[in-house]
Amino acid sequence: MSTSSFLDKTIDGLNSKGFILEYILDSYNEHNIVIDANKALEVVKYLNSELGYNFLVDLTGSHYPDKENQEYQVVFHIQNLVENTRLRFKSNLSKDQMEFPSLTPVFSASNWMERETFDFFGIQFTGHPELRRILNVDDMDYHPMRKEYALEDETRRDKNDTFFGR
Amino acid sequence: MSELEVNKKYNVQVSTETIDGEIATLNLGPTHPATHGIFQNVLKVDGERILHAEQTVGYIHRAFEKLAERRPYNQITPITDRLNYCSSPINNMGWHMTVEKLIGAEMPKRVDYMRVIVMELSRIADHLVCNSVIGVDTGALTGFTYMFQEREKIYDIFEEICGARLTTNVGRIGGFDRDFSPEFFSKLNTFLKEFPKNFDEFGSLLERNRIFMDRTIGAGPISAERALNYSFAGPNLRAAGVDYDVRVMKPYSSYQDFDFNIPVGTEGDTYDRFMVRQQEIRESLKIIHQALDNMPSGDYHADIPSFYLPPKEEVYRSMEALIYHFKIVMGETPIPVGEVYHSVEGGNGELGYYLVSDGGRNPYRLHFRRPCFIYYQAYPEMIKGSLLSDAILTMSSMNVIAGELDA
Repeated sequence: MSTSSFLDKTIDGLNSKGFILEYILDSYNEHNIVIDANKALEVVKYLNSELGYNFLVDLTGSHYPDKENQEYQVVFHIQNLVENTRLRFKSNLSKDQMEFPSLTPVFSASNWMERETFDFFGIQFTGHPELRRILNVDDMDYHPMRKEYALEDETRRDKNDTFFGR
Repeated sequence: MSELEVNKKYNVQVSTETIDGEIATLNLGPTHPATHGIFQNVLKVDGERILHAEQTVGYIHRAFEKLAERRPYNQITPITDRLNYCSSPINNMGWHMTVEKLIGAEMPKRVDYMRVIVMELSRIADHLVCNSVIGVDTGALTGFTYMFQEREKIYDIFEEICGARLTTNVGRIGGFDRDFSPEFFSKLNTFLKEFPKNFDEFGSLLERNRIFMDRTIGAGPISAERALNYSFAGPNLRAAGVDYDVRVMKPYSSYQDFDFNIPVGTEGDTYDRFMVRQQEIRESLKIIHQALDNMPSGDYHADIPSFYLPPKEEVYRSMEALIYHFKIVMGETPIPVGEVYHSVEGGNGELGYYLVSDGGRNPYRLHFRRPCFIYYQAYPEMIKGSLLSDAILTMSSMNVIAGELDA
């Protein structure tokens, strides 16, 4: 089966299950699929068992403080090594409901990736076997990759950012 | 599992019965001569046999992803040097290609081939470090000293290209800062002439060495299913028998032009990982030869003045070059809005860059998919039930690089 027809099959399959909230094929020829966070584990189980998506490439998060009720996003890439297709899934989370199902029942690899995402963004992965910080110290009381934590101390006055928007 | 089977699997003649059930806690690391980097393992051991292991990572976490959010694109290259510092040029090239994908820049063929040469050289350097260190951990120091001389020659070649050796910061977004010099070609040709002989000598020390084979076969094995489930990549995944290589699956930088084999193992143990790396070095040499023979003529950079830093001499003489130089350095070039994921085959496997741009001078979000970080979580599973000395060997054969682990 050619790669593009297998992709069509994947998208049709996901559509028939009602998983896809939004599908964008962007200008870089990457397939972006927005899914409901509550159904993420179902989606991954379906992809893994029915369509042979057996390789979790990457899982991470990002923070968009300006998007109301969609402040946080979990992004993961998943790949079918046989058909050589890669999909990018996104789930938007509101800052009041930062929960995402852990993918560890399907992929052992997501264990540390989820811990990293929790560490840096504070996203709670429900069902994770051991959700605690991984790269930062255990007694840190904030999640440093959030946009409200500027890299440099904003009280400094010795740097003038007027012209070049440092 | 019968006692016989256990002994066969772990290749040691130790009884599986505990002596008197006394379990000790052993702290391996954070600084330990055998770990080759700063990471800690808290082991529960029964005599010599490991019952449980728990890793602690993050000792050299340097917040690269956060740093990248305050830096213009061309200033992020030095950060990528410090991920897998055994093969910095691959990291640099991967980053350049990610940005080029974002801005939609096409590279001339010559740039692709030059990049392939640099990347394959650094793959050889990376694998040489890993394999010779496996030798050291089994007690064979000789090969290590000879192979580090060869690595030194590769570093001399890097020095000829970019002036640096370990943290190379080689190339630019849009190509190279200068063409390869005649000295580079002469150094590379000398290396290509002398290295295979020395490398085969190293191979003959270990590859079919009975002591080495007894020591490494069956140490730290992982099945193909488990390796895939743990998202292993690179030589470690191929040693388990899965022929996944980014260079073939999603060719970048004209890798589709080259003819090379993907070596795979069967058992996923230390010996297979060692052998896969040995063969990959030979394949890399083949690729370098092909790239040298078919090196296209043309420019060493793409014609994208708003992203490619102009040569310094022109900056002093021409108005346009000065303007572009100023705009690039101050980060005033228009970057398209979008998000890309690009991956290259790093020394340890799929090294990915997930880049989100909001059109500003810095990335809005940059995430590194570090192969080490992802496969190191399988370590406790791989060493469970094995001997302490095999655990050391497993770690060095997985090639866990602290810089890549902790980003």
